[in-house]
Parts: sequence; C-alpha cells; structure tokens
Amino acid sequence: MKTKTTIGTWIGFILIMLWCLFPVAWILSLSFKSEGETATGSPQFLPKDPTLDNYSAILDNGDFTRALVNSFGIAIIATALSVIFATLAAYAIARLEFKGKRLVLSLALAIAMFPVVSLVGPLFDMWSTFGLFNTWPGLIIPYMSFTLPLAIWTLSAFFREIPWEMEQAAQVDGATSWQAFRKVIVPLAAPGVFTAAILTFFFAWNEFVLAISLTSTTASRTVPAQMSFFVGPDPFNPPYAQLATASVIVTLPVIVIVLLFQRKIVAGLTSGAVKG
Amino acid sequence: MAAIEMKNIVKQYGDGFPAVNDVSIDVEDGEFLILVGPSGCGKSTLLRMIVGLEDITDGDMVIGGKKVNDLAPRDRNLSMVFQNYALYPHLTVYENIAFPLRLAGKPDSEVDEKVRAASKTLELDEHLERKPGNLSGGQRQRVAMGRAIVRDAEAFLFDEPLSNLDAKLRGQMRTEISRLQKRLGITTVYVTHDQTEAMTLGDRVAVLKRGVLQQHATPRELYENPCNLFVAGFIGSPPMNFLPATVKGNQVELPFGTVTIPEDKAAKAQGKGLLIAGIRPDHFEDANVVDSDKVTDEATFKATVDVVEWLGNEAYAYIPFEAPPEVEKQLQQLERDLDGESLRTQLVVSLDGASRIAEGDEATIWVDARKIHLFDPATGENLTMDAEHAGIVPGGNAMAKAEEVGEQQDAVQPGSDQATT
Ligand SMILES: Nc1ncnc2c1ncn2[C@@H]1O[C@H](COP(=O)(O)OP(=O)(O)OP(=O)(O)O)[C@@H](O)[C@H]1O
Ligand SMILES: [Mg+2]
Repeated sequence: MKTKTTIGTWIGFILIMLWCLFPVAWILSLSFKSEGETATGSPQFLPKDPTLDNYSAILDNGDFTRALVNSFGIAIIATALSVIFATLAAYAIARLEFKGKRLVLSLALAIAMFPVVSLVGPLFDMWSTFGLFNTWPGLIIPYMSFTLPLAIWTLSAFFREIPWEMEQAAQVDGATSWQAFRKVIVPLAAPGVFTAAILTFFFAWNEFVLAISLTSTTASRTVPAQMSFFVGPDPFNPPYAQLATASVIVTLPVIVIVLLFQRKIVAGLTSGAVKG
Repeated sequence: MAAIEMKNIVKQYGDGFPAVNDVSIDVEDGEFLILVGPSGCGKSTLLRMIVGLEDITDGDMVIGGKKVNDLAPRDRNLSMVFQNYALYPHLTVYENIAFPLRLAGKPDSEVDEKVRAASKTLELDEHLERKPGNLSGGQRQRVAMGRAIVRDAEAFLFDEPLSNLDAKLRGQMRTEISRLQKRLGITTVYVTHDQTEAMTLGDRVAVLKRGVLQQHATPRELYENPCNLFVAGFIGSPPMNFLPATVKGNQVELPFGTVTIPEDKAAKAQGKGLLIAGIRPDHFEDANVVDSDKVTDEATFKATVDVVEWLGNEAYAYIPFEAPPEVEKQLQQLERDLDGESLRTQLVVSLDGASRIAEGDEATIWVDARKIHLFDPATGENLTMDAEHAGIVPGGNAMAKAEEVGEQQDAVQPGSDQATT
C-alpha cells in the first residue's frame, strides 16, 4: 500500500515536472542551436551541432548588456528601498497602536490590487511632466509602490510572531529602541525580510508593461522590454535562437538568487526564544 | 546595588483597569523581597513598573535614592529574568550572556572575562557555543540568569522564573538562586505564586490581593501572625483551617467542642458574636502521641475521621463539619479568592507519623490553643494578631479595600478574578 502511494506520488511529480520544465528545456536547447537550424522546417529537440555563437553574439550586443545593467540596477535599488520602507512600516503596524492602522493596511492592499495596466496612461503623462520619463527613478518608484504592500503584509505577519518580550528584554539589557529593533527584531524577522526582498526583486526583474511604456531608449530600458526589440531583419522570421539565449541569460540570476537565499528562508528561527 | 522604595504606586491600564492600587513597599539594599498573590493580582505589573516596562500612573518609584518614574528601562540599570526567559534565539549562549555588555560598549577582553565568569558560576561552560533552541528548560533558565548577573546591575528582578520547570529542577534552581543572591548580596525582587519559593527564598514577603498590599513581613511573621483571613489562607500549605467560633470568656466554642485560649487573646475577641477561628493543620495532634501533661479536657475534642493520608513522617486527617450560614458565605468567598474550590467544609489535621488513627475512627484530637487566631467574619481582620510580630500591615482594612477594587476591576474586565497565568 505504502509503496503504491510512493510510486503514485513520483509519477505525478514527474508528469508535473515535465509539463513545467519542457518549455524551459526547449529554450535552453534553442539557445545552443545555430541560426540556420532554428529556421528548418522540422526541428529536432537536441541541437545537431551545439554552438556558443548565440551567447557571444548577445553579450557583444551593446543594447542588451546595457539593458542588463538597467535591469540589475533598477531591480536592486527598488528591492532595497522597498524592503527598508516595508520593514519600518510593518514594524510600526505590528507594534504600535495608532489611529487609522486598519486604513493604512487596507489602502496598501487596495494598491496591490490595482491592475498595472490601468496606471500606465496617467503615469506616462505624469512622468513626462516631471522629467522622470525614461529614467531609472521613473521605473523604481512605481515598482516600489507595487511591491511595498505585499512586503508590508508579509513582514508585519513576521513581526507579529516575534514575542514582545524579546524587545523588552533587550531594553532592560540596555538597548535603545533602535538598537533593540536592529539587533534583535530584524535578525529574528530575517526570513521575512528575505521573502519580501525576493518577491520584490522578481517583480521588478520580470516586469514588462511599465518597462516598455515608460522608457524610450536603452538609457533605462530593462531586459524584458529590450527583448521585444529583438525582431531581426525579417519580421516573419524572428531570431528565435537569440531570443532563447536572452531568456536563458535573464533567468540565470533568478535561479542563482533562489538557490542562495532558500536556506535563509527557514521558518522556526524563533524557536528557543521562549518556552511554552 | 541599591534600595528600592515604592511610594503609593498606582497602575491603571489604558482600559481603566486598576491593576495596582496605592502600594508602598520598601526593599532594603541587599534584601530579597518576594511578591506573592493569586493570579491576576498585579505582581507582574508591579515588577514591570520597577524595571520601567510599564508606565507608573501615580506614586514614586525610587531606586538608590533617585526617582526613576520617567527613566527608560536602560537608564535604570536593573536586570530582569522573564518568566519565559526571553533569550535571543539567533545568538549563541555566549552572545546571549554578553549582550548587555556589548550594548554597554565594553572591550572584548572584559566581555570575555565576565561572560566566562558567569558561565562558570552557572555551569554553562560546555554550552557556550550552542543556540538557546537546543537547550533544555533548566539550561535556558540558567542562560537567562547569566544574562542578568553578568552586568553589575542595581537589582535583580525575577518574574516567576521557575514556573516552567519540573518539580525537581525547580527545587535545584531555587537553592541555586538563593545561594547566588546571598553571594552577590544584590537587592532582589522575586515574583512567584509558589508557597515554597515564597517561604524559603525571601527575607520578606509582600502579599497582594487585587492590586492592594495586604501584609509585608518576614515569612515567619506571615505564618504566625497573618493580619487577615486572606493572608492566613494564602500562606501555608495545606492551608489554615477556618471554623465558626463563639468566644465566651476565655472559652472558644468550635464545631467539635470547646477549647480554652489565653486570656489576652480572649480579651481582644470579646463580645463580637460569631467569629471565624483559624487553626493551622500543624497545630492539631493525635492526643495519644502528645505528652500526657499537655492533654487536658480543655484542649482536646473527639471527632470522626473521614479520610487519612499517611505520608510516612506525617499524616493528614480530614474531618468534615457543618458551617452555619453566616460564615459559610465568607468561607466560600475566601476559597474563591485563593484560587480554590472545595466541595465541603472540612478540617485538615496534620498528625504525627506515629499516630495510629485510621479512617472511620472516633479520634481524640489535641489543639494547641495558644496558636488559634480569631477573625472578624465581616471585615476579615485578625482580632488576635500580635501587631509587634506582624511586619508591616497597611492601615485601613486591606481586605475590604481589595474587595472594593475587585468590583471596579470586574466593571472593566468581567471575570478578571478568574484570570489565569
Ligand atoms: N495591558 C493591559 N491592559 C489591561 N489590563 C491588563 C493589561 N495587562 C494586565 N492587565 C490586567 O492586570 C491584572 C494584573 O496583571 P498581572 O500580569 O500583573 O498579574 P499577575 O499578578 O502577574 O498574575 P499571574 O500570576 O497570572 O502572572 C490582570 O487582571 C490583567 O487582566
Ligand atoms: Mg505575572
């Protein structure tokens, strides 16, 4: 009986993995094929003649590397600011009793529910007037405002889990409120901070609608937007291999980050703080 | 090290709940003070006001001659052990103990020296590099103590530090705390609702009820001279027996018979009608094992024993009796105040282990009549208290005041007398 269920689990697992990973594998395989091979009528899965040409070509492409720099810069700055603000705001929400606390929380949620597209028009007009169009801040600001609510909700849930007494103990031990926050509360909320950071980073890294609408040159265009400009000379024959290569390259940092931080996102870090 | 003076301290919570009411307690330099009382009586609140985690609504908190009402916890230089230890789970045991020193900006060499000294005292040496999550309850408790003693604090504050440990460990840690406090000679305030801790650890004990101070005295004084019914019932285990009594001359009529009490005690209780007599289980004995010269008709009575619990060195005998309705109500109320619920009024008698009294026997019991206390059922006051040996008894009627506060408390938080830990 037991072995049966294990086998069943594995079959289900493999089916789902195939379903999800097949497109990824296809893209990976495409990125190693030559231009000519992608244009043939009946392609095969594995490249006939694996080549790294696509990679060297795309890394030589000034527009692409420029977009890569923009993507990194914008995503990292948006993440850092968003996490800092969210941490402070979430701490206040979790710890302090103030009027309008519910309002702040529901407003934050309301912002998160706005479809991004509905804001493109107004933002475009505003940014043109303020001179923020086609600049880094022009993307960082909306990214922050879309990710802050989620970050605040995640973090305030984490803060609420931390016993008040941790902080009081620190204060009795001689800490100022700020020291107690920095040396005790933030380390204890680290899994929450990392979760919020990763969610924010992914949002900024993958975002397309704003990136394409609020930029006009490679001065601030990010990779997802830049990729839509990879049309090649023939509109009916887009450079599939190049597109696939670009996709692989933008996916790599995401994978690296998940692998790096997955160990940090361990629940139960507070165990042992208090008994009972 | 410093003395702590609490002058007319009042605490009213945000919702109007009067948790601590006009409490004045002086803790001398180097003294070990115990705060006891039933659950929800404001012990933790008072402790947290000393350490600065709770605002003081009214009154003065003076530590080492300095008024500290408006000082932040970190400026009071006190150390506290929390009931659930509140260790920092992300730091090793070493860093947990070092935490107050690091905050004070002490150089590494000094930190190391002091942490090692503290860990040696508490036998934590082999655990220094571990995280609190991997320690046993007793070890965590010791880490919390280490964090408290590593710093030269003015005073130690403990909030039920042993209540999470099992009985054996609790006994060990109790002696450990006592030894440590004696050695360091540091002023200590210790909250507990454990009888044994209260009686054995403290130089003096303050008994609170509903945030009102009832009596502040040495354990012996509390045991021998409780100022009212509440303190009498709260201190001592098994608790004092309360029996309806009428005084005629120097004769006290109890449900089982009449005993003769000393003249001076009798004089204080003349003409008060129906009273409540308080007699500790220890002050009874099987007449057969008492020296024959003490056994007189005035000091013995016959009663049928319901149940006997023999413990080797001693035995408890239970003797049921009927209480008249006038005192029944008062006794039930008292029972509730003491967090108890007894089904019947019964006398608990502690007998010598050598006693041969068995269940169902008609036994002759001797009473040490000199130790009988007589309480006024209306006010709860101890009429026969020896004021010179009763420590500090707040003026006015503390029990009635607690009753009054209790009504205000129930108005704010219904059922607050059923508060649990
Ligand atoms: N923040 C608060 N707001 C309102 N009432 C409170 C607050 N904190 C405590 N109380 C009330 O104050 C009373 C005293 O609480 P406290 O924690 O001091 O009791 P305690 O004597 O320590 O009891 P225990 O032995 O159960 O720990 C309780 O009845 C509680 O309901
Ligand atoms: Mg308490």
